[in-house]
Amino acid sequence: MKTLTVKYFAILREQRGDAEEQLRTESVDAQSLYEELQAQHGFTLPVDRLRAAVNGEFRPWPAPVNDGDEVVFIPPVAGG
Amino acid sequence: MHFKITSKTIAVSQLANTLQHERAGACATFEGWVRNHNEGQAVASLEYEAYAELAETEGNRILDEAREKFDLLAAEAVHRVGHLQIGDMAVWVGVASAHRGPAFDACRFIIDELKARVPIWKKEHYVAGESTWINCATKGEFSTDDAGPSS
Repeated sequence: MKTLTVKYFAILREQRGDAEEQLRTESVDAQSLYEELQAQHGFTLPVDRLRAAVNGEFRPWPAPVNDGDEVVFIPPVAGG
Repeated sequence: MHFKITSKTIAVSQLANTLQHERAGACATFEGWVRNHNEGQAVASLEYEAYAELAETEGNRILDEAREKFDLLAAEAVHRVGHLQIGDMAVWVGVASAHRGPAFDACRFIIDELKARVPIWKKEHYVAGESTWINCATKGEFSTDDAGPSS
């Protein structure tokens, strides 16, 4: 088991009902973590519409994670 | 060369001053404003949210790329977050160069890349009362539409 911090933004923050949480997981990468959380919280976006960031940097899927990492799932962006 | 996220009104004249350079013969700026309509719907306001740390990292990367691609003397950009009203400025990009060509080209490159890559999100609040996160639909005809609606 590892402990991770997950931050949520925009549509994921609303669907989660929270901006940040610490959780314990068996997931070895951000992709399997998203699928685990999606099943719990009913996130509507499929993983292939998201990008992953680990410790403040974009990481290609499946984006391996280690104990203590901060994980952010990036919904499709819409600045400007 | 800086890209910043701010929750305050964008201070254009201060930003423009940072572009001053003795070798500069051209300055191009772009302002993105909140408009009152999108995709046929009347828009009441826009809510912007950013993953600020990564947004600033990625925005600065874009400014670095612009400096490599174009012959620039200065480049700055700011994106605002929070609940904005019609007519508010959401984003400002400014560049300076010796001649106008690189200035126009770099300004366009920077705003296009900012819209495509930087983790900033926009929720449209409609006059009719509903609201939606742009580009995040998972049903219907716009589900895979990545066109940026504003600016």
